[in-house]
Amino acid sequence: MNNNPVQTIGKIIGVRKTGFYSVISIACAGIAETARPGQFVTVAVGGENSSMLLRRAFSIASVDDRSSYGGVIDIVVSAEGPGTRWLASRKRDDSLDLVGPLGKPYPIPKNPVATVLVGGGYGAANLPWLGKVLIQRGCRIDSIYGAATDLKVYGQLEARRIGGSLTITTEDGSLGTMGRVTDVLPDVMAKHNAAVVYACGPMPMLSAVAQIAQDNGAIAQVAVEEAMACGIGVCMTCVLPIIDENGITKMTRSCISGPVFDAAQVRFADINRLPSDVYGADAMGGH
Amino acid sequence: MVGTSLRGSGPANAPIDSLLVDSSTQLGSVRIPAPVFTASGCAASGQELDNFFDIAAIGGIVTKSIMLRARSGRATPRMAETPSGMLNGIGLQGPGIDDFLENDLAWLQARKVRTVVSIAGNTVEEYGRVARRLRELDWLTAVEVNISCPNVESRGQVFACDAAASAAAITEVRRALTSSTPVIAKLTADVTDIVGIARSAIDAGADGVAMINTLLAMSIDLDQMRPVLSGGTGGLSGPAIRPVAVRAIWQVHAEFPNLPILGMGGVRSGADALEMILAGASAVSVGTTIFNDPSAPWRIQRELREELGKRGFGKLTDAIGHAHTVFEASK
Repeated sequence: MNNNPVQTIGKIIGVRKTGFYSVISIACAGIAETARPGQFVTVAVGGENSSMLLRRAFSIASVDDRSSYGGVIDIVVSAEGPGTRWLASRKRDDSLDLVGPLGKPYPIPKNPVATVLVGGGYGAANLPWLGKVLIQRGCRIDSIYGAATDLKVYGQLEARRIGGSLTITTEDGSLGTMGRVTDVLPDVMAKHNAAVVYACGPMPMLSAVAQIAQDNGAIAQVAVEEAMACGIGVCMTCVLPIIDENGITKMTRSCISGPVFDAAQVRFADINRLPSDVYGADAMGGH
Repeated sequence: MVGTSLRGSGPANAPIDSLLVDSSTQLGSVRIPAPVFTASGCAASGQELDNFFDIAAIGGIVTKSIMLRARSGRATPRMAETPSGMLNGIGLQGPGIDDFLENDLAWLQARKVRTVVSIAGNTVEEYGRVARRLRELDWLTAVEVNISCPNVESRGQVFACDAAASAAAITEVRRALTSSTPVIAKLTADVTDIVGIARSAIDAGADGVAMINTLLAMSIDLDQMRPVLSGGTGGLSGPAIRPVAVRAIWQVHAEFPNLPILGMGGVRSGADALEMILAGASAVSVGTTIFNDPSAPWRIQRELREELGKRGFGKLTDAIGHAHTVFEASK
C-alpha cells in the first residue's frame, strides 16, 4: 500500500554543498511524517511561470519529523540541467512546490538478516536512512558507495554515523578502491552471508548488482531512476518491463509500482525495448 | 465604477464576486455544472488525481483513449521536455475495453464522477466495436472519439487528417451508441483546413468537437544524435501549443457558432481557460499542466470564475465566443 501523497508548499530551511551535490532541507507538513526509505518527492522547478513544466523527482534522503520546523525532508540534488541548477541555487526561506511521499518504499526483512546497501553516485542518498531502519530491525548492514570520482561519492559521513562497514569505490581511484561497486560486492556479500542487497543508482549498475545478488542466492531490491513526467501515475512515461506474479511481463509504471522493485522482476536487458512477449505488445503496430 | 468594464464593447457590466458567477455550461443538450475537464491521456482514469482534489467537483474526467485490445504502448523513452511543453509517444498503453469497463469505468461510476470516455481504433469497424461496448452506459457524460490514430486500412494515414476517414469513424461510433450519448470528435490542428474536418465530423453525427490534440513533433538527442523518443516522432503539448489551439477554436466557432467545443491545448491558468472560452469553447480541458500541478483542474476552475467575474460576466455561457463579437464590432 502506498501512503497517500499530498501536494504542499514547503519552505527551504537550509542548502548545503557536499562534493558535487547540494543537499536541500525542506520543511513540509504531511510528507516527512509518513515517508519511508525508498519513497520520493517531485518538485516543480523554475517558478510559477516556468517553461520547464515537468516536476523533478528526488528520492527522500532523510526525514526529521521532530524538528522545530515540523516535518523536514532532505533531498540531494545533482545540478546537471537547467531544472536541477535552478533547484541547487535556491536559498533558505525560498518556497518549493512538493508532491509526496510517492512510490513504494524498500521492503524491510521480517527477520534480522545481513544486508548490503549499494549506492551509485547520489543514488546512495536514501541508503543511510534505510540503513538506520534496517539496524533498528536487527539487520546487519554493510555499505558500498561508488562513483566516477571522489566528489561524486555521496553519503560517507552519514553512512559512518549509522554503523556497519563502508567500502568506497571510484572509477578513477581518487577515493577508496579503484573500480566499481560491483567489483567489491561479491566479497562484501560473502563476508557476512548477505541475504538481501539494496541498491540505488544508474540502471547498468542495478542490472549488474542484480546479477551478482542472484549468483549468490540473495534477493536484490533495486530503486530505479526512470525519467518521469508526472510521478503520480497518470502519464505512463516511466514504464519498465516488469514480470508480474503470474509470470507475465507488463509495461509497469515505476512511479506507482516502484521505484523499488525486486530485481528478479525487472527485465534489465529489455529496458528501452518492446519484446514481443510483453502483455499487449501484439496489439501495437501503427502507433 | 458603473459603465467601465474590461469587456470592451458589448454590455458594460461591473465586476461580479466570483462566488456569484454561474460557471455551469452546456455541451449541446447536456448541462455540465462545472467547466473544467481533464484532457484525455493526462489523467489516466481519474483515481490517482483523486488524492489531490475532488474529481467529482470538476466538469469531468476524460479518460485515456481506450482501444479494443490491451496495448503495451511503445518502448521507452516515451517523453521529452521541450520549452513550455513536452513531447510524448506513449502509444496508447491501456488494458483494452473489457478490463477498462470492469475496473476503471466501474470505479468512476461508483465514485459518481462525470465521465467522458475517449475511444480509439485502428479501423473504422474497430471504432464501432469499442463504442458498442459503451452503448448501455447511459450515465456517461459523452464519448470522445480520438481520431488521431493511424488507419491501418489506409497505409497508416491518420483518420483526423482526412475528412472522409474522420466521417467514417464518427458515423460508425454514432450508429453504435444510443442517441442520448453525445459524441465528441477530437480534432487535430495538424491539417490545412480544420473547419473542413469539423464539418465532416458534424455531418457524420458528432454533437461537438474537442480540440486540439497534440501536434506532431520531434526532439533529437544531441549526445546520441538520434530522436529522443523511441518512436521517432511524438505529440507536442503544453502552453507551447496554446495559441494554435486558440486559433483552431476561433476558426471552428466562427463557422459553427452553435457547435459545442471542448477547448484544450496548454491551459495552465483560469486566464488561459477564459481565452479559449472567448474564442468559442464551451468548456476547457486541462492536460499537460496536470503533470506540473496535479491539483490544476480544481485551481483553474476557481481562477476561471474569478476571471469571468472581473470582466462582469455573471454566466460563463455569456462569454462563449465573446471575442468574435468584440472583434466584429471593432471592424
